This record gives sequence, structure tokens and C-alpha cells, in this order.
Amino acid sequence: MSETQTTYNYKVVRQFAVMTVIWGIVGMLVGVIIAAQLVWPELLSANVPEFLAPILSYGRLRPLHTNAVIFAFGGCALFATSYYCVQQTCHARLLSDGLAAFTFWGWQIVILLAALSLPLGITTGKEYAELEWPIDILITVVWVVYAVVFFGTIAKRKVSHIYVANWFFGAMIIAVALLHLGNSAEIPVFSESLLFPRSFSVYAGVQDAMVQWWYGHNAVGFFLTAGFLGMMYYFVPKQAGRPVYSYRLSVVHFWALIFTYMWAGPHHLHYTALPDWTQSLGMIFSLILLAPSWGGMINGIMTLSGAWHKLRDDPVLKFLVTSLSFYGMSTFEGPMMSIKSVNALSHYTDWTVGHVHSGALGWVAMVSVGSLYYLLPRVFGRQEMYSTKLIAVHFWIATIGIVLYVASMWIAGVYQGLIWRSVNADGTLAYSFVEGVKFSYPFWTIRVAGGALFLVGMLIMAYNMFRTIGAGESRDAPILAPAPAAKHA
Amino acid sequence: MSDFTNAFWSFYVIGIVVAAIIVCLVLLVTSTSVTYTAGKTTGHSWDEDLQEFNNPLPKWWIGLFYLTLVFAIGYLAYFPGLGSFAGLGGWSSAIGANSQYEREVKAVNAVLQPTLDKYLQQDLKTVAADPTARAMGQRLFQAYCIQCHGSDAKGGKGFPNLTDADWQWGGEPERIEETIAQGRDGVMTAHAELLTDEQTRDIAYYVRTLSSSADDLERAERGKVALYGSDCKTCHATDFSQEFPPLTGSPLLGGPNLTDTTWLYSSSESEIIHGIKNGRQNRMPAWEGFLGKGKVRLLAAYVYGLSNR
Repeated sequence: MSETQTTYNYKVVRQFAVMTVIWGIVGMLVGVIIAAQLVWPELLSANVPEFLAPILSYGRLRPLHTNAVIFAFGGCALFATSYYCVQQTCHARLLSDGLAAFTFWGWQIVILLAALSLPLGITTGKEYAELEWPIDILITVVWVVYAVVFFGTIAKRKVSHIYVANWFFGAMIIAVALLHLGNSAEIPVFSESLLFPRSFSVYAGVQDAMVQWWYGHNAVGFFLTAGFLGMMYYFVPKQAGRPVYSYRLSVVHFWALIFTYMWAGPHHLHYTALPDWTQSLGMIFSLILLAPSWGGMINGIMTLSGAWHKLRDDPVLKFLVTSLSFYGMSTFEGPMMSIKSVNALSHYTDWTVGHVHSGALGWVAMVSVGSLYYLLPRVFGRQEMYSTKLIAVHFWIATIGIVLYVASMWIAGVYQGLIWRSVNADGTLAYSFVEGVKFSYPFWTIRVAGGALFLVGMLIMAYNMFRTIGAGESRDAPILAPAPAAKHA
Repeated sequence: MSDFTNAFWSFYVIGIVVAAIIVCLVLLVTSTSVTYTAGKTTGHSWDEDLQEFNNPLPKWWIGLFYLTLVFAIGYLAYFPGLGSFAGLGGWSSAIGANSQYEREVKAVNAVLQPTLDKYLQQDLKTVAADPTARAMGQRLFQAYCIQCHGSDAKGGKGFPNLTDADWQWGGEPERIEETIAQGRDGVMTAHAELLTDEQTRDIAYYVRTLSSSADDLERAERGKVALYGSDCKTCHATDFSQEFPPLTGSPLLGGPNLTDTTWLYSSSESEIIHGIKNGRQNRMPAWEGFLGKGKVRLLAAYVYGLSNR
């Protein structure tokens, strides 16, 4: 066995982990900027050179924000944790160092191309799938290589059973490939230079909308839920030092989640040109999703039963358990919002924005941050992070930030819904649209404050991370021998 | 009307929906026949200390799962969902007289129609003087008109001010109602190919002198000759009995009055030159199809009242 086959490949984990924090800061900074633009519309439009005004406008920066936080921050977090988890739980080095390095550099190029093309207005116009066809092709190549590395490592595992976290990572990789290829099917247009690529979706009208939200909701379901549940299933029991609560629950909720998530997309198109039967199916499968989603929360939180005291002074565990609480809350809220009569109130309001961010900040970012605090010292040759106290500070700042963000959006959203539907006794509308905008201003300001707090937390994390890296010695850990096979219980 | 090109797709949808629900039921049912050893692990271990307890599924969780499945089956029986099966409730969002949309519209109209009918019987000036009608008109204006004309009705660049006495298409109550009901297409043709740059500049200069004083009489004269030599008067004048018809606009064609100080775009020479060279396209949408005669009457009365108090 060669030298490298006796150790884990931590290099690619280190690279992705560091970039997770950096892209997190970039993506959330853009988020704070666009939140501020809603309160101060003249921000970055007045007093900037004419050529910069469109680039810095809300419409161009918003997709930059969503792509940066989902695919740059979230994507790097998934790569880092899945590469770490799959090696540790397969007791094997990644299939190929070269291919793993390719996924790192390939993904960074995708992110840089997104950061260049979106502000220039190069977009397909499909939400969360804005990147134009040349970048789509690069994503496909990187993703296929990722699948090869991940499943190749599983194939060479030294243990007979595949650990539950890897089911979720694996499902995420397969489903995202399917979604990306399905939704990004487009016809390139060569009328302009290759530097400004354009394309048209192969789908038309309401079918295009349906495919878009089949993709859009499953990007949430598989990228932001299944992938991060994989993260949860490794890092929560590790940090808590306790076995996962129920093996059977993980089996049932995994398969139920896989079977029902694919149906939920139409709830984004209630009361539109989408046929009624499609809307109904989107709604009922969203409701059925409640229990399978909660299975993951139960399994995570109950893993702590018998170890609740650890929560008192372990800020990393605080991050992980809080993330599960937000996960449980948003996966309850989601099915409720998919009910047509609730959706009639919530749709197109800031309630949706609040819901998305309780999932994105509360669940996705919190579980990633907690997992990284576990992972960083281990891959950078340290016993623990440079400062545990700063982790605690980060936790409280981030939590207050999320609460401000989500609560302000709930209030603004519900009121917007009520204002829009208010009718006078004579049957005319009671309010004009702009009165709803006026009402929302104070809440949009609170949102800026909440988002800014969360960003400050990420900056503290970056400081803590670089101090940890500076004091440590990066070394690949030796591969552990698997435990001798025990008798089945 | 079917949403499916042929019956196969309806059966296909029914098949996969039923299969998905059955898979969930099977997962739940089979989980009850597993032997659990609560508090003991499954015996597998990974990465030193990763293990899993062989605990049973929480009962309340199983109950919740069943509840959502039962609800789903009931919902699919009553509402559309299973392919082309319309559901026992006969519910539809927008198709048919009994659809949710039609019922809601009917309910609102039952309240509103008598009031609207009352105002449709009255003369528009009488409606404009009615405080209740004015309040209704204002609310309608705030909902449908402010996007272009502003919440103060004073308009903006390219969008007419409705509070002054200047009317491109005529300010009589009936004309205003016609404008709202049927919309207007305001087209100024492009003259870049018809006039030289110098002629265009001179015309712009002359047009400006119509509402202010001129300091270059020679240039103004050249502009006047070029203007009347071109087709400007067709849309900007009505009294063709004179050699140089006054450019006071043509309400019939929507050509603005060039002799007053009201400017749809701007009084600056460069904007006027731009307008002459490239023309202008303005569109007021037609509202009668969307709002109905009654609401258009209320809006017309409100707009008329803005400048005729």
C-alpha cells in the first residue's frame, strides 16, 4: 500500500472548508447590501459611475446573493463535509486525489464565472438556475466527477454497511444531477459573442414554470435538505458523543423523503395557469412531507437524550441543536404554507422570504457552521478551535440575527397579505400597493440589522478559523482500522 | 376540457400518485414488524465511535405520518388531483360558472353592482360632485392608475399630469371616460430621415419660443419655415384656415399643445430634438374590459374632478 493510501485526503477538505467561510461572507455581504437597497433605494444607484449603476442594481445583485449563498457557501460546505464524512465512515482515502482536486478548482471557477456573469446581466432568468449554458456544462462536468469520487470512495470502503450520512449525501448528488440536467435544458443562441452567451429554455409557458419549480423546490429538498441532513447525521452524533437515536427511523424517513420531495414543486404555482390537479398534488405531497422531514429532526435532537448537559457549555453543539430546531420549524411552516388557502395569503409576500431564511440561516448555515467548527481543528492538526469563547459569541450573534430577520419578515409578510386583500364595504380595494410598501419599511430596516448581525458572526468565524490554521500543522490523519464486525443485535 | 393529450397520461398520473402513497404506507407498516431493542445499538460502528440505537419509531410520529396520508387520500377524492378525475366536490379554481374565481367575482359584484348601476344612470359631472363616488374613484385610482400617473396624479416624464387643465385627448367628461375605457395610442413619428440636423435644431428652437421669448429671431424664423414645411401641423394644430395654423394641439389625434408651458417629456432643447428625430411612443391601456363600465365611470369622474373642483 502506498504512503498516501494510509492517510485520509484532508487537503481537499481543508480547501473547501476555508472557501465555505469566505464565500459565506461574500454571499451574506451581498445579501445585506440588497436588503439595504430595499430600505434606501438610492444606495449604489445615485452617485456611482453610470456603467456601474446597472451592475450594482438590486436586480443584478439579488441572483448573485442567492447563487453565492446556496451554491458557493452551501456547495463548498457540502463538498467539505461529504468528503470528510465519506472517508471517515468508509475507512478509506478518497478514490482519487486528482479528481477531488478537479472538483475543488472546477467548483471555484463556476463560482467566479457566476460572480462575473450575473452582475453583467448574463442570465437565463430562471430562479436559482440563472447561470448560462457554458457554465451549466462546467457544473455538469464537475458534478459528475464529484459523483465518481464520492461513490468510488464508497465502493472501496472497508466496512460492510454504508453509514446513514452517506445515503443522504449520495441522494443529494444523484438528485441534483437530475434536476440540473432537466431544468437547464436550453437552446444556445450564437447571435452574440461567446463572451455574452444566451439561451432559451426548451420548455414553454406553464410547462417551463412547472419544470422550473420542480427544480427550484428540489434544490431546496435535495441540495439544502438531504445534503445537510447527511452533514447532521455525521457531526451531531460525533459532537454529542452519542449513538444516533433510531436506525429504523433513519431508514423510513430517508425513503419517505426521497419519494415525496419530488412532488412538492407545484405549491410554488398555486392559483396560476397550472392545472388544478397539479396544484393539488403539489399541496398534498408537501403535507405528507411533514413527517419524513421531522424524522431527521427527531433523530438529531433525540441523539442528545442522555447528554443534554453537554449543551450547556458546548457552543458547537448549540449550533447543531439550534439548526435542528430551525429545521423542524421551517419544515412545519413549509407544509402549512403549501395549503392553498394559507398560500393565498402568504404567496408573493415577505412571509416567503422569512420562511426561506429561517431555513437558509437557521438550518443550512447553522448546521454548516457547527460542522465546520468540529471539522476545522481536526483537518488543520489542532485539538480544538483557537477560541471556544468566540464560537459562543458567534452563536449568540447569529441567533439574534436570525430571530430579527425571520420575525420581521413574518410580520411584514402577513400584513402585506392582509393589506392586499382588504376590501371596502363597497367592494373596492382598501389599500393601494404602495401603502403595503410604506408599511413594510420599518421591518425591512430590522431585516438589514438581522442580516448584518449574521454577517458579523461569519467574520468572527473567519478570524477564529485563520488563527486556528496559523497555529496548527496541516497533516492528513492516518486511516483508522474499522471496528471488528459485531454480531447483529 | 381535459388537461391531457390522451387518456394514457391521466392513468399514468393516477398510477404514480397511488404508488407514492402506497410506498409511504408500506414503509410505515413494515416498520412495525421489525424487532427493536430499545437502548441497544444495531451493532454497526464507523469511525471509532459512530453507532446507531435500535430504538422504535416514536408513536406520535407514526400517527402524524398516517394522518397526512389519510388527509391526502380524502383530499384527492374531493378535489381534482388524480389525473382527469375531477373530484367528488366538483371544485375548480377558474373553469366553469361554479369555479372559485367566478363565485368570488359574483359575491363582490352583488355588493358593488347596485352602486355602480346608480352612478351609470347619472350624468358624469353629477357623479364627480358626489363625495362617496369620489372616494371610490380615488381608491380605484390608487390601485390601477398610480403606477404611471403617480399617487398625486401629477404624472412624470412621459406620463401626463392629470391635475392641470391641459388635456392631450380632450378634457370633456365624456372624452376622459373614453380615454380610460378604450385607451390611447400616442404616436409621434420619427423625423430623423425627413429633416436635416440643422432643420431639427431650428425647429426645436422655434418650438421653445412658442412658450417663451426668442433671442435669435433669425433662427426662430428658419425653424418656423422648416416646421410648417414639414408635417408637424397635422397633429399639433386644428385651425387650418390660417397660413400658419396655431400649434395648440389636436385633441382628436392626441397631438400635444406646443404653445403652453406643459411638457410631457421636457422643455430642454436636447429632449425636443430627441423627440423630433426618434419620435415618441405612448400607450394608455384600455380599461373597460378589465374594470367594467361602472368602475371606469367612477375613475373618469374622479379624474375630471381633479382639475374641475
